[in-house]
Amino acid sequence: MSYTSMDPIPHRHWWRLPVGPDEKIWIAVAYAWCLVMLVWMVGWFFVGNQNQAGEAFKVTLDGFSNKSDQMIDQYQLKDASGNLMAEGETDVPVVQVPAGGNVYIAAHQFEWPIIPVLELGKTYVFHISSLDVDHGFSLLPIVLNLQLIPGYDYVLRFTPNKTGVYRITCNEYCGLGHHLMAGKLYVIDTAHGVVLDGKGGVKGGEIGGAI
Amino acid sequence: MADFDSPTENPEDADPVSGWQAFMDDPSMLLFLGIASPTLLYTLWGVMEVLSVPVAGY
Amino acid sequence: MATAILRNPQDFITCPDTGQNLNKPAISLAKANIFTAIVFLLAGGALGLLVALTRWPAIHILPSELFYIALTGHGAAVLLFWCHFFEVGVAYYFVTSPINARLATPKIAWFSFWLMLIGAAMATVMVLIGQATVMFSAYPPLKAHPLFYVGVILFAVGALIPMFIIIATLIKAKNERTYTGSMPLASFGILIYAIIAIFTWVMGAVIMIPTLLWSMGLIHNMDAQMYRVVFWALAHSTQQMNIVVHITIWYTLAAVLFGARPLNEKVSRMAFVLYLFALQLGSVHHLLSDPGSSFAWRTFNTSYAGYLAVLGSLIHGLTVPGGIELAQRRRGLSHGLFEWLRKAPWANPVFSGFFLSLVLFGFLGGITGVTMSNQQINMIIHNTVYVPGHFHGTVATGTTLAFFAFSYWIVPLLTRHKLAFPGLARMSTYLFGLGMGTFAVFFMAAGHLGVPRRHWDITYADASLPFQFSATVQMLVTVAEIGAVIGGTGALFYLISILGTFMGKTVEKGALPPLAEPAGVVAARLHGGTEPHIKGLEVPGSLVLCLTLLTFLIIYYFAQYKYLATIWGIR
Ligand code: HEM
Ligand SMILES: [Cu+2]
Repeated sequence: MSYTSMDPIPHRHWWRLPVGPDEKIWIAVAYAWCLVMLVWMVGWFFVGNQNQAGEAFKVTLDGFSNKSDQMIDQYQLKDASGNLMAEGETDVPVVQVPAGGNVYIAAHQFEWPIIPVLELGKTYVFHISSLDVDHGFSLLPIVLNLQLIPGYDYVLRFTPNKTGVYRITCNEYCGLGHHLMAGKLYVIDTAHGVVLDGKGGVKGGEIGGAI
Repeated sequence: MADFDSPTENPEDADPVSGWQAFMDDPSMLLFLGIASPTLLYTLWGVMEVLSVPVAGY
Repeated sequence: MATAILRNPQDFITCPDTGQNLNKPAISLAKANIFTAIVFLLAGGALGLLVALTRWPAIHILPSELFYIALTGHGAAVLLFWCHFFEVGVAYYFVTSPINARLATPKIAWFSFWLMLIGAAMATVMVLIGQATVMFSAYPPLKAHPLFYVGVILFAVGALIPMFIIIATLIKAKNERTYTGSMPLASFGILIYAIIAIFTWVMGAVIMIPTLLWSMGLIHNMDAQMYRVVFWALAHSTQQMNIVVHITIWYTLAAVLFGARPLNEKVSRMAFVLYLFALQLGSVHHLLSDPGSSFAWRTFNTSYAGYLAVLGSLIHGLTVPGGIELAQRRRGLSHGLFEWLRKAPWANPVFSGFFLSLVLFGFLGGITGVTMSNQQINMIIHNTVYVPGHFHGTVATGTTLAFFAFSYWIVPLLTRHKLAFPGLARMSTYLFGLGMGTFAVFFMAAGHLGVPRRHWDITYADASLPFQFSATVQMLVTVAEIGAVIGGTGALFYLISILGTFMGKTVEKGALPPLAEPAGVVAARLHGGTEPHIKGLEVPGSLVLCLTLLTFLIIYYFAQYKYLATIWGIR
């Protein structure tokens, strides 16, 4: 009488039945690969350049908003005629924090509050958070995605490696205007003459155009 | 190779079954393992992680 | 099939076609739950189609608010209600028939059915009237109407109760000695499912009750990150329940179609126990690009305590097709590596749905799932359409397709009605597998290029700082949505066939036609192909399939890290 996976095991000591060769080979090979992934993931934390575990702090919404405002007051760029630089219908300020400085991204429904300007190869301390609900920070075209949580300052050090115009899109649903949250970011290289062109682009930047 | 279709042992064999086999036949042990493992390792540890995020002071 | 002893025969009817003993209360409950599941699939599938037709750039059918309503409704109706009603239904069957057991406390089971139904209906209505446009994840501080949370809580409690009934039934059967020895693998899988479900729904209560109080204004502080940590213990584990049930269904269908048994009980059960111990830890992979947790917690959990759960899946990946292969080889289909597979009953939707589900789940859902839950890889796909691409590979082409296949067998068995519209049924599995598979692949491609998920307008027409996705990206999204429409058609064919079956006439005998011997079996016997082994291996064909999968996984995995290494430095 043959039995199937739908029948009680007709064998009192089924635990003692030997494992077939195929299964043994597969379990060994499969788990060896699993261990490679484990070692690789941990190894990347120590030697890789991209790790998002970062640091986090609890903040108040007002406190974070103030930090962002202070940064804008201090570092919003001026154009040739001395006017504060801003772009888009909602006049989003263009802000350049000195290399090594703190860049606050205080996202809120339904806008990215600043257009950061970064120098190629310099490291910046980004503080990413939200002033209302969860948002998703998605930096295009490199497709770097981070979750923004109100009340939590997500601190990560970014070192850009390509010049040009980047885009930011919100990719966590944040309310009925979610699809309005498009933003921008510039990476320039002043030493090599790759600078803002004053028309929403970067002269000689590597990244630009459609994503 | 194991041939299930012709049992080599008498099913009424009184020899006690292996510990692992008994474990798998016992829903209460499995229940304990299945609840305790994720509750402690994922949920409680995770909640502690969030609770221990330092306050920035702003 | 059943080798057990029937006690209390008055509580059973014996299926004239399969000889199985069906416990009467269990089959009524199973029918009610499966039928309800199908109604939610109908609703959720229609909403999914509207979402797809909106994301299709050239069609863009719904206005933004309705799009977000439809998307929330789609997620809730299919992910929660379709899957979990179906699972409760089949679980009642699995813990009774195979071991001739009587379901414990059918009255309470009916009570919980109504709780689930009222909860599900309440939540769905709140979503459809625009009072809960928060997505199924409902992350605070986004707030829905309190009745939405009440609905979810009722559903979760209603879904929790059956798990105790399932365990009680198994214990009672053992005590009443309705069977001897260890329970069948199929029932064991359902036991594992029930235990995972208890953890899951308890987590649901733990997080949804405070959220309800908060939505009513009784609690003021709702910590957004704390919610996410506990919410994913709920929401990710519901996926693990789906997986455990669909794997149980795979083993079952291999038994039903081919008389397959586990290659080795110890190995298959260990794989389930690895799930029990480690699968839920994977909940963390939703939080890998979030602030506020240490590398240690992330790593331990996202690797399932050292990839134990991945190992479990890889084992099932061999033993499920391996069971079929061994059974087929013993019937004479033993030429070469794949005769057993070529001569399988591909025109039978029970088989085609099952095998497509196995392959697509592994290659689309599995490979990508393992890769994206690697900590650093996660930040290059998090919240892009890669994510829905991946999980339509798991929950649509994996779980849902397995449920389609199983329905074509279990619904005629339970109702004693012949399968209606067999032609549609035959097409449905291929259409759904192909369509949803295309959708998954192209969404993943578009996700790699940055297309955001849950997004009404990737042309950013009304944004203050608009930008354009390239024509290539638009094209990828379009192809994905064409796939979604094809898949939706497959789901529709399934629904017509199964609803037709439910409404059909009872037949004395022949509701389930005897499974025809696969073409070629007899011929194979004649020319003497009875040697089941090749080079000392039992199931060489399945091993080759698995090694192919592993090769793809390895290549894909390193390709992701290769790309990752080219982006900005992030610390
Ligand atoms: C019937 C055919 C189906 C179609 C046409 C379809 C289509 C879609 C589309 C276009 C999206 C939108 C992705 C986005 O914009 O982010 C989506 C999301 C989703 N689908 Fe499906 N889908 C189908 C079947 C299923 C099934 C069977 C399940 C699960 C059992 C499922 C679960 C989900 C979930 C959970 C989401 C995410 C909702 C969210 O982001 O909140 N879908 N689906
Ligand atoms: Cu947003």
